[in-house]
Amino acid sequence: MTFTEQQIWQALEAVKDPEIPTISMVDMGIITKVEIDTNGKVFVEMTPTFVGCPAIKMMEQMVYDRLVEIGIKNVSVKTTLDTPWDSNKISERGLLCLKKHGLAPPPKHNGEITDELLENIICPFCGSKNVEMKSPFGPTLCRSLHYCNNCLQAFEQFKPIV
Amino acid sequence: MSDKTVAATIDLLYKIADDLLIIGHRNSEWTGLGPILEEDISFSSMAQDKIGQSQGVFTILHQLGEPEMDTNAFHRSAESFHNAQFVELPNGEYDFSLMRHFLYDHADQIRFEMLANSSFEPIAKLARKIKGEIKYHVYHANVWVVKLGTANKESHERMQTALNICWNYALGMFEESNYEKTLINEEIFVGENELKKKWLENITPFLEKASLKIPSESTWKPVYGGRNCNHTGHLKPLVLEMSEVFNIDPDAEW
Repeated sequence: MTFTEQQIWQALEAVKDPEIPTISMVDMGIITKVEIDTNGKVFVEMTPTFVGCPAIKMMEQMVYDRLVEIGIKNVSVKTTLDTPWDSNKISERGLLCLKKHGLAPPPKHNGEITDELLENIICPFCGSKNVEMKSPFGPTLCRSLHYCNNCLQAFEQFKPIV
Repeated sequence: MSDKTVAATIDLLYKIADDLLIIGHRNSEWTGLGPILEEDISFSSMAQDKIGQSQGVFTILHQLGEPEMDTNAFHRSAESFHNAQFVELPNGEYDFSLMRHFLYDHADQIRFEMLANSSFEPIAKLARKIKGEIKYHVYHANVWVVKLGTANKESHERMQTALNICWNYALGMFEESNYEKTLINEEIFVGENELKKKWLENITPFLEKASLKIPSESTWKPVYGGRNCNHTGHLKPLVLEMSEVFNIDPDAEW
């Protein structure tokens, strides 16, 4: 059975980010390339959200296992920094998935982390702008800690990364 | 690359990898001991970032023929480390750790911005990714140094004392390599002097905002030696502790 690149991308949408299971690695922008050679061998290229990401080996395995599961015999998965990840690579659907998980999504950036970006955060629960950042760091590398003075709940944001 | 270029590159990469690994370890020593929860989380998160980034550099070293990264990080004796003495000093109290974090991370940020243009493509690629991540480390340091520098008499005095203690050690970060000319001529790195100049430009406005005074230039005496494997008595116990678990069974599969 032969597959098209399109079908591989679709199949990979089932592979969820191990830390945020409401979002797929494809929507996160972690999978950067899918190529099929003339012998039907599939090459997948991935890039880490953070250099210190502790789950990258696990994610490579998850991608590999998924492709074997749909019947591909010859799979190669590689992680590179050729196209480094930044938070603008999260798809529109991905941003909604983050919100579903209770995380404030990262605003789009223009290549700079500005004070404006860091100060205009919206509560994912009640939509209020009356929030404050408690720390630029959180329980994982990609999250920061905030508090909403309107609905009185703590929440996390997926950090904008350039 | 010529042998000399390779040697120069390896020398550069070791000092970067070792700085990151050692300060990453020191950061991790705040886990469970931070003065407030968010700060405990901050130093723990930065530790993870720094150690992960050192792994990126050790990976490139391995590609250049140096040992495999786990062996290199955890199976090397303290006498073979190339970190600046600044990062091996014990954490002390929070004032010292914050001031070191501020001085180190500003230098780190600039170093990686400069390396993003390196003629040595593997480090340029890694640097392009890392420079975005360090922004949060620097932001955190700026906020706290300014906040504590101006909060009250005690916090101001503590931060000024910390700055005075840190200063000559911080200057030691910019110890020139034996291969400095090669690195500059081959455009692998623009050199420690350029880095130091930019560092001073960047930290000065924040220290001013924090009402803190940089020691007068006549008293500057950079603490060199780390880059040539000359260390204080603090590094050996750190390395022993850091590598303790790995060395119980160096051949174990993790």
